[in-house]
Amino acid sequence: MKVKLEVNGEAHERDVEPRTLLVYFLREELGLTGTNVGCDTTSCGACTVLLDGESVKSCTVLAAQADGHSITTIEGLASGDELHPMQQAFREHHGLQCGYCTPGMVMAAVSLVKENPDLDEAAVREGLEGNLCRCTGYHNIVQAVLDAARSSREGAW
Amino acid sequence: MSILGNRVLRREDPKFLTTGGTYVDDLPLEGAVHIVYVRSPMAHARIHSIDSTEALRSPGVVAVFTAAEVDLPPMPPGAPFANPAMVRPWLADGVVRFVGDLVAAVVAETREQAMDAAELVLVDYEPFPVVIDPEAAAGSDILVHEAAGTNVVLRMPEDLVSVGMVPPEAATEPPEMFAGCEVVVRQRIVNQRVAPCPLEVRAAASRWDDGHLTQWTTTQAPHGVKASLAQIFGLADDQVRAVAPDVGGGFGAKIGAYPEELFVAWIARKIGRPARWVETRSESMLSLGHGRAQVQLAELGGTRDGRLLAYKLSVIQDAGAYPAFGAFLPLMTRTMLTGVYDIERVYFADTSVATNTNPTVAYRGAGRPEATAAIERMVDIFAAEIGMDPAEVRRKNLVGRDRFPFTTPTGTTYDVGDYEAALDRVLEAAGYSELRAEQQRRREAGEAKQLGIGLSTYVEITNGIPGSEFGSVEVLADGRARVRTGTSPHGQGHVTSWSQLVADQLGIAIEDVEVIHGDTDLVPRGVGTFGSKSLQSGGVAVFQAAEQVVDKARKLAAELLEANPNDIELDKQSGRFQVAGTPSASKTWAELARASGDGGLSAEVDFAASGATFPFGAHLVVAEVDTETGGVTLKRIVAVDDAGRLVNPLIAEGQIHGGLAQGVAQALMEEMCYDEQGNPITANLADYEFVSAAELPSFETYSMETPTPINPLGAKGIGESGTIGSTPAVQNAVCDALRHLGVRHVDMPTSPLRVWKAIEQAKGKS
Repeated sequence: MKVKLEVNGEAHERDVEPRTLLVYFLREELGLTGTNVGCDTTSCGACTVLLDGESVKSCTVLAAQADGHSITTIEGLASGDELHPMQQAFREHHGLQCGYCTPGMVMAAVSLVKENPDLDEAAVREGLEGNLCRCTGYHNIVQAVLDAARSSREGAW
Repeated sequence: MSILGNRVLRREDPKFLTTGGTYVDDLPLEGAVHIVYVRSPMAHARIHSIDSTEALRSPGVVAVFTAAEVDLPPMPPGAPFANPAMVRPWLADGVVRFVGDLVAAVVAETREQAMDAAELVLVDYEPFPVVIDPEAAAGSDILVHEAAGTNVVLRMPEDLVSVGMVPPEAATEPPEMFAGCEVVVRQRIVNQRVAPCPLEVRAAASRWDDGHLTQWTTTQAPHGVKASLAQIFGLADDQVRAVAPDVGGGFGAKIGAYPEELFVAWIARKIGRPARWVETRSESMLSLGHGRAQVQLAELGGTRDGRLLAYKLSVIQDAGAYPAFGAFLPLMTRTMLTGVYDIERVYFADTSVATNTNPTVAYRGAGRPEATAAIERMVDIFAAEIGMDPAEVRRKNLVGRDRFPFTTPTGTTYDVGDYEAALDRVLEAAGYSELRAEQQRRREAGEAKQLGIGLSTYVEITNGIPGSEFGSVEVLADGRARVRTGTSPHGQGHVTSWSQLVADQLGIAIEDVEVIHGDTDLVPRGVGTFGSKSLQSGGVAVFQAAEQVVDKARKLAAELLEANPNDIELDKQSGRFQVAGTPSASKTWAELARASGDGGLSAEVDFAASGATFPFGAHLVVAEVDTETGGVTLKRIVAVDDAGRLVNPLIAEGQIHGGLAQGVAQALMEEMCYDEQGNPITANLADYEFVSAAELPSFETYSMETPTPINPLGAKGIGESGTIGSTPAVQNAVCDALRHLGVRHVDMPTSPLRVWKAIEQAKGKS
C-alpha cells in the first residue's frame, strides 16, 4: 500500500507492506537509523518520535496510520548546526552514556516539556516512565529535562 | 594547569544527540541476508524431528540449518573448571536444555521473511522432566547433561585447591569455627537471577571476502571475539577482523561471544553472502546471559559488644543449562568475602550447578555484589540480634586506615582504604541521628508508613584479572594526536577521558586528539572493557605512551635546536618545546612529527598493573515502607564512593548513578523468574520490572579520592561500585523499616507482595 508522510520537513511517498511499523519505515525505507528499537512490547521508548508534534512510540504505530501526518525524528530536531535546547541540556548534564535510548528519550522529553513547561522533578520522572535507560540511572536525564524546561519557560525554545 | 580532574563534557555526545549512534543493526551491508533462530519453547526435551519443508517454501527463504548441517568444532568450555561433559552445541543436538535453546537457523532475504518462516519450522519435542531449582540440582536424578552424570559444574574451594589457587588448609572449615562467639546469626539469602538488559540487544553481522572474515558485533571485547572466530574457523591473525561499532550497553553480558553471534559467520560462509542477526528483546530476555542467581547460607558470629569473629558462607550458584562465566563467579564472591571488615575466621564453599535455565554470566559487579549483599545483610542481622546500632557494629569492625596493604583471610590484598572516613561522611551527609529520631517517632506513633534506614559499607575489586592492556599515541604531521586503545567503550566515555590524558601530557587541545577503539584491524591488541578495568589499565597505557612521546619529542627538539635535552621544556600552554630561558627557539608538535617521519613520533605501551585495586565507599538509603500495602518508596540515596583519582568527575558520577539505579533495580524490583516447568514468566520488558525514572529519587553523591599506589594515575575502577554498594543498602533499609514489627529478613526483590507477606508472617508469630 502507498503511504505519504512528511518526515523532518520532507515529503516521502513509499509503497509498503500494510504491516510495516513506522519505526521500520523510518529506519529501513528512509535510512533514518537514529530512531532505535529496544523492545517488542512498547515498553522501552527507544523508538519515540514526534507525530504532529506529540511523542509516540513508533514501534506501535503502523506506517499506514502515519499516512498524511508529519513526523519528527532525532535527525530533524536541531536547526542546522544549532542543537535544540533539549539536546544541549542532555549534553551539558551528561544525560547519556551508550546513546541507545537517547534519541527516544530526547524526543519524549521535548514532547513532555511542550505539554507542560512548568513541570517539577516528580512530573519529569512520571512523564518519562515509559522511556527506559540502563546507563544513567536517570539522574542526569532528569536534570537535563528540568534545565531545558526552564529555558523553555524563559522563551528560549 | 592540568585538565585531569575537570568535568569535561563528552566528545562522544553530539553524534548520539543528532543522528544517533551507529549500532550493528544500523550498518549498511549490501546484499546481507537476515537470520532468525528457532528456539526451544521447552525447558528440557528430546527432539524427535525437525521439519523445515514448509519454512523452505516460504517467500524469501534462503536456507534453514539444523545441527545435522553444522561442521564446526564444539564450542570451547564457558568457564574454568567446568565439567567437560557439559558442552554447548551450536544448535541443539537431539536435546534442548532451556527455553530459548537454539534449535535451527532460518535465513531469508528480509527480517520479516525470516521471522515468518521461523514460525513454520515444525519441531517434534518429547518433554523431559526438568530441574529448575538450583538447591535441588546437585542431588537430583534429573540430569541437564546425561553424559556428565551429575548436575555439579564445579566446586569451590576443592577445584581451586586442586590447581594451587588457594592453599590446602582452605579446603576445610576451620576447627571450632565459631569458638568464642557469644552470638551466631544464620540466614538463607537468595541473590536472585536478574536480566542485564542493555538497551541494545545482541546483534552480529558477518562478511567473507576471499577467505577474510569481517565480523561486526555488539561486544565489550572485540579482540576476544576475533580470537574466538580465529580458533573456530582456523583463521590466521590477518584473516579475521572484529569490529565493535557503537555498542548500546553491555553490563558484563556482552563480554563473551555467544553461539548465536559466532554462528552468523558460519552461515555467511555457507551461503556465500553477508549475513546479519539482530535478536528481539523477547529473545534477549531468554538467552542473553543472566546475572547473579546465588542461594547463600550465611553464618556470622561475634561477641555481644559487637566484635565480629567468624563468618561462613555456603553458596549454590545457578549456572544455567550450559556453564558459562557465571559458574565461576563465586570465586569473586570468595575474593571479597569479608568486605570491609576484619574478621579472623572464615570459610567459603560453593557448588555451581546446571539447571534447565538460561546460562548465567557476568553482570555489573559479577560475584562481588553477591559477597557484599551477604556480609552487609548479615552485619545488620547481627546488629539487630545484639541490639546495637548497625553503624556502630560496622565501625567496630572496619579494617583501619593504618593497616594497608591489608590481606584478608581469603588471601585478597587490598591496596588502600579509609573505610571509617567513608562511613563518617555518609552518616553526616545523610543526617543519621535525625533520621533515626524520625524513625523512632513513626514507630512510636504506629504510623502506616514506616521509615527504614539502610547502610552498606563496601569494598570491591577492580581490574581483578591479571594481564596487560594496550594503548598507543602517535603525533601526526599536522600536530594532532592519534590514540589507539585496547579498551572498548560502550557508554563509558573513553574518547573523552583518554583525550584528556593525552592533551594534558602533550599540551594540545582535547579536540586535537583522535581516539580509535573497537576495531581489531586498527588496534593491534586489546582486552576490552569490563571488570571496571579500563582507566587503570588502558587509560594508564595511553598515559604512559603519551609520556614516552613527550620524551621522544624532547630529544628530537634538542637535536634540532642544538641544545641539551635537559634544557628543553614543553610549554603546555602553547604546545611548543623550547629552550629554557629562550622561548623564541622552539619547535611545535607538527614540526617535530614531520621531522621524525611517518610514525616516528609514537609510542606503544602494554600496561600490566602490579595488582588489582579496591574502590570502597558507604551508601545510605532512606526508604518509606507502607506497612498496609507492602509498597516501598525510596526517599533518599546518599552515596560516598572512593575510586581514587578521578580523571573526569562528570563521567565518574555518571557511572555511579547508573550503578545505583541497577542496585535499586535488583533490591526492589527486578527478578528473572521461571515457573516449575522452566517457562520464563518475565520474558519481555512488559513483564520484567525494569527500573524506570519513576521509582528512583535523585541521588546525593559524594566522592572521596584516596589514590591507589598501584598505578601512576592513582585511579581505581568506578563502573560497578554503585551497584555493589547500593543493593544491600536498599535491602537493609526495607528490612530496617520492618524490624520493630518482628521482621528479620526479606529477600530481594523486596516487592510489595513479599514485604506484605513478611509483615503478615511476623504478625502471625507474635
